[in-house]
Amino acid sequence: MAAGADGGHSPIAQFELKTLVPLKVMGIDASFTNSGLFMMMATGLVVAFLMMAMSGRALVPTRVQSVAEMIYEFIATTVRENVGEQGMKFFPLVFALFIFVLVLNLMGMVPGGFTVTSHIIITAAMAFLVIGIVLVYGIATHGLSFFKLFVPDVPAWLLPIMVPIEVISFISRPISLSVRLFANMLAGHIALKIFAGFVGTLFFAGAWKLLAPLPLALTVGLTALEFLVAGLQAYVFAVLTCIYLNDAVHGGHH
Amino acid sequence: MAGTASTPNKTSTGHAADSHGTGGFPPFNPDTFSSQLIWFAIAFSALYLLLKRMALPRIASVIDERRDRIVRDLDAAERLKGETEKALSGYEQALADAKGKASGIAKEAQAKLMADVEREKTSVDTQIAAKITEAETRIASMKSRALAQVNDIATETAGAIVAQLGGGQVSADEIRRALMPTAGE
Repeated sequence: MAAGADGGHSPIAQFELKTLVPLKVMGIDASFTNSGLFMMMATGLVVAFLMMAMSGRALVPTRVQSVAEMIYEFIATTVRENVGEQGMKFFPLVFALFIFVLVLNLMGMVPGGFTVTSHIIITAAMAFLVIGIVLVYGIATHGLSFFKLFVPDVPAWLLPIMVPIEVISFISRPISLSVRLFANMLAGHIALKIFAGFVGTLFFAGAWKLLAPLPLALTVGLTALEFLVAGLQAYVFAVLTCIYLNDAVHGGHH
Repeated sequence: MAGTASTPNKTSTGHAADSHGTGGFPPFNPDTFSSQLIWFAIAFSALYLLLKRMALPRIASVIDERRDRIVRDLDAAERLKGETEKALSGYEQALADAKGKASGIAKEAQAKLMADVEREKTSVDTQIAAKITEAETRIASMKSRALAQVNDIATETAGAIVAQLGGGQVSADEIRRALMPTAGE
């Protein structure tokens, strides 16, 4: 849009990485960018919040402490229901993924902020981390019988069709896991930016000014929706992680 | 994206993402991947380790402690309830015993009292009977004495009447025989 501005009006300008500290490690670019800053801030915020909330270790929790305990119980219940008691060894991982995604999503909702999870490389890193753990743990505990996962309980003549389908569905898991989160955050923020841009454009377009409240109302609604999506996608990511981990824990026979 | 001045800014240094030059759609710009991945690895492993070593065990210990405490308190409450019930049943037993004993004592006392009354009544009855017998004896003796005196008076009166009628002196025995022919028999 307006070429005179510094790119702030472009709906995709918000996704640009800004190098804060240029760094190169062994020829690889490791610059500290706004993305890195937001990720470190998320880690700091989460740990600081949890430690502060639990500092009282009160038997009757304070409000902040019960928030921390609620998140803990929420994720613990999700893991137990989807993976079972043996899955609790993955609880720290699921908790870390959930809270990391949630906080990064919510930090993206701060005006002027940066949405780390709107970059496919980050969501893909998390998705492949999950699938990698599923593969390594699954093969380590079940050996080759882990691959029975790809052999569903169907008549033998269907297997030539079913096995490739199962393999493709397994391979598409990290893709769907990463694209779902990435696309949700990206699309939401673009839509939000475009509608918010309409407010200004209409307001400075003479008589069209009268229509400016319409996109404003829409932007307010979209903001609420984006908060919902921020929480929901974090939860979806955690639940799907649990479902995939279930395969690793219980092998092909489920 | 194509609308802005797209300078071919694909620099080899990888610092493509500045405010102006858009090397395409930012999320798909491979030049930024390495730095993002490296900082993701640092931030996420830091988060994972801090959560696993510090934060989560702390939350877990507080929750476990609370659950243990609740279980313990419930156990204590259960135990105290049992003790209360035992004490209550003991009290009720004691009460029933006392009631039984009290009614026994009352019955005994009543029986004793009845026996006393009966004995007293018997003795009084005996006394009364004795007195009645004595009184009857006395009455009978007085009666017989009175009757004897009546005979004497009648004899005397009859003698006096006979003498007044001019029959001369008649012995008292004759008069007595005449008056009471059956008396002598």
